[in-house]
Formats: sequence, structure tokens, C-alpha cells
Amino acid sequence: MSALPVLTTVPASNTSLDLTGIRAEFPILRQQIHGKPLVYLDNAASVQKPNAVINAISDCYSRYYANIHRGVHLLSERSTIAYEGAREKVRAFLNAASVREIIFTRGTTESINLVASSFGGNTVKAGDEIVITGMEHHSNIVPWQLLCQRTGAVLKVVPFTDAGELILEEYERLLNSGRVKLAVFVHISNALGTINPVKTMVDLARARGIPTLIDGAQAIAHLKVDIQELDCDFYAFSGHKVYGPSGVGVLYGKQILLEAMPPYQGGGDMISVVTFEKTEYADLPNKFEAGTPNIAGVIGLGAALDWVNQLGLSTVAAHENDLLDDATVQLLEIPGLSIMGTARDKAALVAFTLQDIHPHDIGTILDREGVAIRAGHHCAQPVMQRYGVPATARASFAVYNTSDEVNALVKALWKVKELFS
Amino acid sequence: MNDLRDLYQEVILDHNKRPRNFRILPQPTHHADGVNPLCGDRISVFLDIDDDIIQDISFQGAGCAISSASASLMTEALKGKPVAEIEHLFEAFHTVVTTNSECPKGLGKLSVLAGVRDYPSRVKCATLAWHAVRAALEQHKQPVATE
Repeated sequence: MSALPVLTTVPASNTSLDLTGIRAEFPILRQQIHGKPLVYLDNAASVQKPNAVINAISDCYSRYYANIHRGVHLLSERSTIAYEGAREKVRAFLNAASVREIIFTRGTTESINLVASSFGGNTVKAGDEIVITGMEHHSNIVPWQLLCQRTGAVLKVVPFTDAGELILEEYERLLNSGRVKLAVFVHISNALGTINPVKTMVDLARARGIPTLIDGAQAIAHLKVDIQELDCDFYAFSGHKVYGPSGVGVLYGKQILLEAMPPYQGGGDMISVVTFEKTEYADLPNKFEAGTPNIAGVIGLGAALDWVNQLGLSTVAAHENDLLDDATVQLLEIPGLSIMGTARDKAALVAFTLQDIHPHDIGTILDREGVAIRAGHHCAQPVMQRYGVPATARASFAVYNTSDEVNALVKALWKVKELFS
Repeated sequence: MNDLRDLYQEVILDHNKRPRNFRILPQPTHHADGVNPLCGDRISVFLDIDDDIIQDISFQGAGCAISSASASLMTEALKGKPVAEIEHLFEAFHTVVTTNSECPKGLGKLSVLAGVRDYPSRVKCATLAWHAVRAALEQHKQPVATE
């Protein structure tokens, strides 16, 4: 924690983002909180939605909504086309080989549970090992613990350095046991901001014939993900972290694995023939989409990906990195402030503690200044234990944030110090 | 800043910085843990009850200023009181931190936490220690949660 963070070297973005224009697309940002302009810096928890997404959902419900995949009437056809159109948008966004590899879920958590239950239940036996990392979100820990409890398999945890970087030698050593059935790891840590070297990690596992799952919840809105180049077996993310609605997410899975996996849930839409003796399952991806899905949510996610594409993820990332660098420099000028997570490769969030002031108190005081941050364990209690703190405060950035907002954060933190002096 | 001072009053900041009765009782007659799953705050309370009187009471744990100060003030308020009074005090305290009603008499210093009523997300911080005491009296083996 004492090490100074090495600042990312991305230069100030040359492609000028029209921040005023971008902010105007987010109606929620135009409001005051406790009489102060809203400074929304809780984007790693959930990001706000542009008009393009709000209108797409509203349009669906007000103009063409009906159930999909079964109606012979026009509205059902139109809804089906929009829903499947969103699947193609996700495929293109990830550069996956086929839409059959794109499964819609409720979010990252359900995507991971699907794999743990279906792939894990089918493949993992007593004595087998699942490699995870010490910086996982609870959603990429608990499903595997449950699987281990059911099967008698064991979790092996890759440690990380004080800076918040995975120790790859340890990862490699754990992969070498000959008992590893799956390696799962987070792309960007929600508690530390670390961008993990996922390509290297996939390659190391693949060289040993070990499949991989990546939790992409924090990465999807900040980094270009090319699934075919990455060559992982599963990739999970949530719509609400990438300017889309909550309650919808994606599981990418390699077709050959998905075909061999049993269904996760049974119900309508995932079958081809049902009799009381036997059921034949539908082909991919429907096999994994039992029941009426979040139709408008999926369509909203498609609109969100269009919106992000329009801006360009590299432009977004360059702007967010500028904000991160600015915030890092200014925060470190506050005596008693420590940043947790100082990896060389870091995404747009900064987690910190301030003397012995509890992050909840920081959060409450900042809120009164209009500044919304996250305070707590960030659903990553093992990371808190690693650093010996009960909680941290976390500011996280999105494309609509400005350097004025970074200044507002810093100013509010000085007020916290003043109050607790 | 002024309205924040209503929440973070001097007494609260003082009890947060120098919590009273912040220790483990070696042989408590009653003991329980309280957790706030939302933030991971954890508090242990220890009571020494004899003849239906709280002879001694203490707490330990890590929490925010509100939960630490509330626990500290609670131990001061309860020490020497009859067990039967705990529920009355908790009820009065709960009313003060959740409603806009007048401070009931007899709350004493506990009323400095009244400012919490304007911060609904912090009510659980203020009541955590009280929930733990209640759990201790009911001899809970599992930590009691505010959620």
C-alpha cells in the first residue's frame, strides 16, 4: 500500500470527446443532491443510462412489445427480430465467432452460476481443483464454493502482491497440479482496479488443456474484448455496467463446450420436443434461455453497445485514464490517504482509505457534498482481509465524468478531514 | 457542513476517537456478536449480569464513527441499570433515530444520535450494538445481523 502508483502512460486523449454533449444524453446527471450538483462516481457499481438506452426500452414497450420466438403475429415477429438483433450486436461487440455462443442471462452472477452448475456439475469430480484468484468478487467465489461442496473439489487461490498484481508464477504452479478442471479469474478487479493479464493467463491454462472463465463485469465498458483473440472458454458480463439496463447479462461460451453441457434451467423456449417420457432440448443458444427472457432489457443492452461503439472504447478509455491519473495525483496530496491497488495496469477506479476514518463516514459526508461513491467491502471481502482493512472508499469513473468532478471529490475529502480532525 | 455537524456531533466524534468500555470482559455472563452485512462492520458485546442488574458491559469491534460511538454511549447508558430497562431504552432510542418525534425523557446522552434520523442508510449503524445486546440476552450463538 505504501508503493506509489505508477501512472498509466496514456496521453491526454487527442480525439476530443464532447463531454457537454455526452452529459446531456444522461438525464439523471442533471440534478442536485442535497443542494449540490450530482457528482456520480459510483460507476463500478452501476453506470447511468443514456437516452439512447432509455428510449430503446421505452420504444419496445410502447411500439412493438410481445413475447418472442413463438407468436405468429407481427408484434412477436418484430420483438423477436429486435431481441435476436441484440444478440448479433453482442456477438459483434465481443467479436465472437457465432451468435450461438451468446447466452442472455440476468447478469454476470447468473452467467457464472450457469457455468458452475452446468459445466462444473458435468466435469468436476471429488479431488479436482478449480483455480481462482484472491481478488475475485464474491460472485466469482461463491458459485465455485457451492460446486466444491457438491462435488468434493477444491478451490486453489492465486495470491497477489501489495500493489494488487497477480503472482503469475503462483498461477502457473497451481495449474501444474494435473487436477485442475477450470481456471476462473476477473478481467478488471472491482476492488483494486487491476487489469489482469488475461491473455497470458488463458494461454497458460490452454497449454495445459485447462478451460478458462473470465469475469468481465468491470472490463466490458473500459476495454476492447476480442473473444477470438483472447480464446477464453467462457466470458461473463452485465448489461448495467456498460450503460445498459440492470437485470440482463451475457455469457459467452465456446460452442463446443456449450453443446456438451446440460441445460441450466428447464422450461419453455429451451426445448424442441417435450413428452412426459423425454424432452429434447433446443439448439444453442436457446438451450440455456429457459422461460420468457428480459426482452426489453436485452434490446436496451443492444442499444447500449451501439452507443458505446459510436464513442469508441479507446476514446472512452483514454478519457477515463486521464481522470484516473488526475484523481490519483490529487488524492495522494491528502495527508493520511492511502490508495489500495497500485497495479501498473489499472482501470478507471481508485480505492482508498483516509487515516482511520471509516469509509462509511466518508461516504455519508461526500454524499452531502453531492458526491456519490461506494463505501464498504465491494463484495470482495477476501481483498479487504488481504490488506487488513474492514472496508475502503471507492471512486470510479465513466465516460461522462469530468475533471471538475474529480476536483469536487478531492474538495469533499478535505471536508471529511476537517470534520474528523 | 452545518447539517453534517448535526450528525457528527462533538460527543459522537469524541466517543469514536476514545470509545468507553472498549475491552473484552474476561468472564461475561452474556455475550453476542452483531454484524452489518452491508458494510462488514462487526461488533462484540459482553455483559456481566448479576441479580438482574448490568454490573458491567463492554464492547469490541471495528465500525464507522456512528456505530462505534453508539456502542460506546450504549455501554455508558446501560452500566448499572436493571436488565428490564434495556428494552425500554432501546425502544426509546430506536424511536429517536428513526422518527421525528420529540426525544423521550431519560435518554440522556444517547439523544446526541438523534441526527441519524436524517440519514436513513445509517440507522443500522446506530442500532447495531443494541441488536447485539438483545441477542446476548437471548443467548444467540450466531451473530445477529442488521439486515
